[in-house]
Amino acid sequence: MPKVTFPRMGESYRCFKMLMNDLGNEVIIPPRPNKKTLDHGVRHSPEFACLPLKILTGTYIETCQMGAEIIVTSGGSGPCRAGLYGQLHQKILKSIGFPVDIIVFEAPKSHPIDFIRKVNRLNAGRLSYRAVWECIKRGWEKLKYLDDAEKMTHVARPREVNRGETTRVYREVLEWIDSAYTFKEIREAGEAALDTIRAVPQDSARQILKVGIVGEIYVLLEPASNLEMEETLGNLGVEVHRSMFLTGWTRDNTVKETSEHLSVKDAARPYIPLCIGGHGQETVGHTILYSKEGYDGVVQMAPFTCIPEIVARTILTRVSREHSIPVMTFFLDEQTGKAGMSTRVEAFVDLMRRKKALFKSSGARLMVN
Amino acid sequence: MAARVGIPSSLFYYVHFPMWQTFFSELGIEVVVSGQTTKNLLDAGVKEALADACVPVKLFFGHVISLKDKVDYLFVPRMVCLNRKTIYCPKFLGLPDMIRHGLSGLPPLIDVQMDNREGFAAQWKAYLQIGSIFGLGRLKILRAYIKATGSARRFKSLLLEGLSPPEAMDVLFKGGSASPAVKKRSGLVFAVLGYPYEVHDPFISVGLVNKLQKMGITVITMENLSPGKLSRANILEKKMFWTFSDIALNAAYHLFKAGTVDGIIHLTAFGCGPDSMVDKLMEISSKDYPETPFMSVTIDEHTGDAGISTRLEAFVDMVKRKKEARERLCQR
Repeated sequence: MPKVTFPRMGESYRCFKMLMNDLGNEVIIPPRPNKKTLDHGVRHSPEFACLPLKILTGTYIETCQMGAEIIVTSGGSGPCRAGLYGQLHQKILKSIGFPVDIIVFEAPKSHPIDFIRKVNRLNAGRLSYRAVWECIKRGWEKLKYLDDAEKMTHVARPREVNRGETTRVYREVLEWIDSAYTFKEIREAGEAALDTIRAVPQDSARQILKVGIVGEIYVLLEPASNLEMEETLGNLGVEVHRSMFLTGWTRDNTVKETSEHLSVKDAARPYIPLCIGGHGQETVGHTILYSKEGYDGVVQMAPFTCIPEIVARTILTRVSREHSIPVMTFFLDEQTGKAGMSTRVEAFVDLMRRKKALFKSSGARLMVN
Repeated sequence: MAARVGIPSSLFYYVHFPMWQTFFSELGIEVVVSGQTTKNLLDAGVKEALADACVPVKLFFGHVISLKDKVDYLFVPRMVCLNRKTIYCPKFLGLPDMIRHGLSGLPPLIDVQMDNREGFAAQWKAYLQIGSIFGLGRLKILRAYIKATGSARRFKSLLLEGLSPPEAMDVLFKGGSASPAVKKRSGLVFAVLGYPYEVHDPFISVGLVNKLQKMGITVITMENLSPGKLSRANILEKKMFWTFSDIALNAAYHLFKAGTVDGIIHLTAFGCGPDSMVDKLMEISSKDYPETPFMSVTIDEHTGDAGISTRLEAFVDMVKRKKEARERLCQR
């Protein structure tokens, strides 16, 4: 059986693991990015490459050392750098003595034949197309529950009575979803997981702030790369709404754009009229929508030197002023420390809280709508 | 009084200025350029632009600031795709937006989108749109456009003859002499690869090209190489999708393979997104061609003159020594 691995993005690896196993591959689970991963990555990646590239290089090296033969990843048509990751990683890995195969999936919309050819390559168990489709559907179901569970923790965490309980319960229920296999099992485990998170004791009287999180997809989706920003905010009594989940992103990029995505683009149009690659346009659009929905603030996260997010950040200054919503930006790289980040987040939360209290006492309304 | 249009002398200036200059002057519009980069310009840009942006973008902010009170319109077109294959860096796609929302007190911005993938004669339509901003007739705009494309063609052929963009502009507009033959073809030949707005801006590149020429080295840049040759040199499975990066990388591949230059210097700006990939790919490729030495020089707003000189001298000395040693070996 070929040994297959893939990039790690949050908890989504649980779904890909099942999918790859079903297709008849042996899966090497990519380890959670840690200090060692980053050390490998920084050593072999270009200096100014963005953090995701460095983390992925590190992850690939670690998995190659564990015996991976094939790496599966996604491509893109630019103008963001991520579209060339696969090609560059292949060259880097070859130059340091890991001649692995990297299978880069391009968008099936524009490269349908290429897509099918690559599915065939991964289909080591020679399943029929129908069976492959079944596997993908089951994986998708699992992914949806994983995303829903994570969304639920964002609401539950700031209101929890016993600090840290949501996170603990979340870790536990992930394993339930992970071990489910058939459609029925996945659904049962998923519903049970959501119920369990909902049942975490909550303090309904607590003053809760609402913050939207925008930015580049990888640092949003992989908690290890953003130093658990959502957890940090949640523990400070902030309900987080993340603008991006893997299921949503996949929907927008494989079949057709959802109405939600289109409204984001519409909102961004006065500021950025066309897609500038990555998630620059979405960052601006989501910030405007968050402001309209009455959120207290927005946190933007992007890797250092990320091109689209730099453009977005320049524009966000004006957006923040015109839509009166506080925006805080974190450019993350391998030097970012958790303590420094927590301090900044705490100060930001304090400011938002004070602003809210001030508006309340003066009778003014913060809500735009 | 004729309307005045300001064109910042940065970024696309080194590639498209002749075309724009001809176009506007044929329409009877006065063109104002911000001129040579100075320390003050850069400082003004650094102050206004986002700290994480790359130097060329900060510099562009500086050029815009110096122009904004002198002109009626600012010309910052949104360049998306000109060759129907590759697009420009995301920062260029969002450049008009960054300028508009990052600076205040600006004159009206002409940010016409130029995307040749949009269909037949998309470029003409873009220029027609520019002309109609000034309320001019179709015929007049067409005449100016035809002259402008002619000027762009002449500019390109001058570059292929071995002139640098500023020299070629001199020939086109100031009647300088087209005499690349004057350049000494003896001694070492170096290729300085990098984006035109870095290589040909003597301030931001800390006079890298001049320094090399003073050491008696002939410098060629990626504009001097024929596009056909470059596109054949591509060995990447997937096309580099940024126009300038595609040219720079292919130039490196071409020169490595041909072995016609004695050294390749890659000039890159700190924090440049595309270059982080390009530079690594060049570096990996350079290991396959040990006979062509390769160096990459990173510049930012703090780059000191002395530091660059030292590195260049060391590099040149090593290349010279290597070449002499090889010649001696051949004689024996």
